[in-house]
Amino acid sequence: MTHIHYREIEGRSLGYYVLLALLGALVLAGLAAAWYMEHNGHWVTGMSNQIVWGTPHVFAVFLIVAASGALNAASIASVFGRAMYKPLARLSGLLAVALLAGGLAVLVLDLGRPDRLIVAMTYYNFKSIFAWNIFLYTGFLALVAVYLWMMFERRMNDYAGPIGLAAFIWRLVLTTGTGSIFGFLVARQAYDTAVLAPLFIAMSLSFGTAIFILVLLAAGRGAGVALGDEILRRLKNLQGIFVASVLYFVAVYHLTNLYIAEHHGVERFLLLEGGVYTTTFWIGQIVIGGVLPLLIFFHPALGRSRALIALGCALVLLGGLAQIYVFIIGGQAYPLLMFPDKEVSSSFFDGAIADYAPSLPEVALGVGGVAIALTIVALALKVLPFLPASLADGDKAVSGEQ
Amino acid sequence: MAKKPARVPLPTMQTYKGDQCVEPTEEMRRNHMNYILHQRDETVHKGIRTVKHSLKNCIDCHADPKTGSVLGKDGFCESCHSYAAVRIDCFGCHSDKAAPEAMRAASPRSEGTQRRALPRRAIERATRTARSEAP
Amino acid sequence: MTISRREVLGLGAAAVGATLLAPGLRLIELARARSPEEAATSLKRWGLLIDASQCGDCDVCVTACHEENGVVGHGRPATDAQWIRKVTLKDKQTGYVQTLPLMCQHCEEPPCVDVCPTGASFKRADGIVLVDKHICIGCRYCMMACPYKARSFVHEDTTGQKPHAPRGKGTVESCTLCVHRVDAGKIPACVEACNKDGGKAMLFGDLKDPESEIAQRLARAPSTQIRPDLNLNTGVRYRNI
Repeated sequence: MTHIHYREIEGRSLGYYVLLALLGALVLAGLAAAWYMEHNGHWVTGMSNQIVWGTPHVFAVFLIVAASGALNAASIASVFGRAMYKPLARLSGLLAVALLAGGLAVLVLDLGRPDRLIVAMTYYNFKSIFAWNIFLYTGFLALVAVYLWMMFERRMNDYAGPIGLAAFIWRLVLTTGTGSIFGFLVARQAYDTAVLAPLFIAMSLSFGTAIFILVLLAAGRGAGVALGDEILRRLKNLQGIFVASVLYFVAVYHLTNLYIAEHHGVERFLLLEGGVYTTTFWIGQIVIGGVLPLLIFFHPALGRSRALIALGCALVLLGGLAQIYVFIIGGQAYPLLMFPDKEVSSSFFDGAIADYAPSLPEVALGVGGVAIALTIVALALKVLPFLPASLADGDKAVSGEQ
Repeated sequence: MAKKPARVPLPTMQTYKGDQCVEPTEEMRRNHMNYILHQRDETVHKGIRTVKHSLKNCIDCHADPKTGSVLGKDGFCESCHSYAAVRIDCFGCHSDKAAPEAMRAASPRSEGTQRRALPRRAIERATRTARSEAP
Repeated sequence: MTISRREVLGLGAAAVGATLLAPGLRLIELARARSPEEAATSLKRWGLLIDASQCGDCDVCVTACHEENGVVGHGRPATDAQWIRKVTLKDKQTGYVQTLPLMCQHCEEPPCVDVCPTGASFKRADGIVLVDKHICIGCRYCMMACPYKARSFVHEDTTGQKPHAPRGKGTVESCTLCVHRVDAGKIPACVEACNKDGGKAMLFGDLKDPESEIAQRLARAPSTQIRPDLNLNTGVRYRNI
């Protein structure tokens, strides 16, 4: 069995310290925003009784969905036995844990009573998918931590396979649960559908892989890990397939809704008359997040440029944020359909499209969550050998030779 | 050598009504939170509104007649809690004010405040009763 | 033991008086107060019947509710709590306009109860859906789930709460069917105000008691739930929408 060498990054360059300082500042800003929101009450944000989940939740869902997908490289190695991905497994596990931690931090800090976190961990309503998700998230953190340990500890390497399979199944359940948070809601026209579960699985694979590729490119460049074209080509192709699968589920979701008269109103809103939501959907989610990356990834010439691959991944992530923004906020902006054949109005904004604009504390908190995730990655890479020493094309480890 | 004065003033713990709390004083000092926690579940989830351990009853009795409240520098709840540095969560939602009718019957006690030590036999009797009656 | 003629006549008069008064007591719909030690039971199910044709332009129900429960506005309509609101409906085809009050519908299968992660949103045995604010963590998932947008989040510090209606920043709240009044044998503030100063459009009572006025009226004439297709079996029923 070829022995793969791993190493830490040296982490003493000016660039590294500047990165840590920048991330630290963003984390502090996020924590300050959370304190400001909790101390004054949520009226200082853009969230209201109409748009109850805002920009923090967009970021939190994005991070949590990406976390599940970031474990994909490790799953391909352990579960599907592709030796070429094996050197990537440790970084994959680290990213999964870091992204999930960042997402959960945002979610908890946005609670109306974050001081009641202990209550959330001790009082459970098992009919609630939200309660199940709390188990799934914390269980995922624990499972991946064990998985990482088994990859690091030479004597435990043989057990990494079964644990990897458990982590794989766990993250499928977790992502299904995340999608079902919305899928189980009968109240709103934009939710209440079973297709959200597979859509979220596809999104997790797409966003997770995009982040994985970007971190790999950045860490490799910063730490001097040779990244072969072959492994990058495979990851790029995978990424392209995942982007296409997200587009597929989005198409199924909207086409089905368009067929159902009851949902015409919300579809007209999202696709045509929703102002910022319509623009974000078509330009952000479809073009930037879908069409452009596909063009880059599958173009014979463009797909070979590392810079363009990185750009494509960044576009996927931007499109992903746009997608979740339209989904969560646009889905809430459309009024509840209580009296289908009537024009409704009231002092509580019934029948009206709800107003929302992201406020600074919300954005700071969301970005702070991303910064928490990246800080964990940056620090961990320095402390433990997560990165493979080399992923160059000729390496026996990469080519899968025994 | 004189004892160094405490930096934090001792709590007032002035009482204004009645001779005795609904439970013995030593029991209440240690366990009043358990009574409150149990009563809140009974009232909110089951609609049991017995008066003895209800928060309103506590406040009606213990409120300072000058302020009508159990909070404030000399408030019954706040003075002790701030001395012990234990945050009170109740009054973010619950009113800290006594009902006006309850306040009319209150007046500060003539003797001083502080810890009036009960005779030892009374403490033992009270603790025994509290244990046998405890939910 | 002997009874005098006077006593017999007195007893007879009392019996006749009681028989005469009894139907009147039924019609006035006095909810019998439970004694404080008694828990709420599922033998009763509290509900409302609202006749939209009697509902006019006033909003005494809203004022009464917010006064009773200490719900204070801060001049910020988007974030201010509203436990009950008047909704104006205009038929898209016919142009017919009507109003009705809308509050928590106290469903038998409440989506808000299903989704609450801590169980703070719960249904009491007698059908009243409440928020246990001691364990509410303010996640607002119930607000996403409610098909009637009945719930409000408290977006700022609260002061001056009524002792019988605690409410605080960072938790979610909604119409409690004036549970503190119901337990004392009274009717919700909105119903009382409507009957006194409004269009007399609202009726409160025990849906499970076949003798109650609300049950008899529901049995005699058509009524509907809002969003009946969701099959939530709401405790609040409407007539003439």
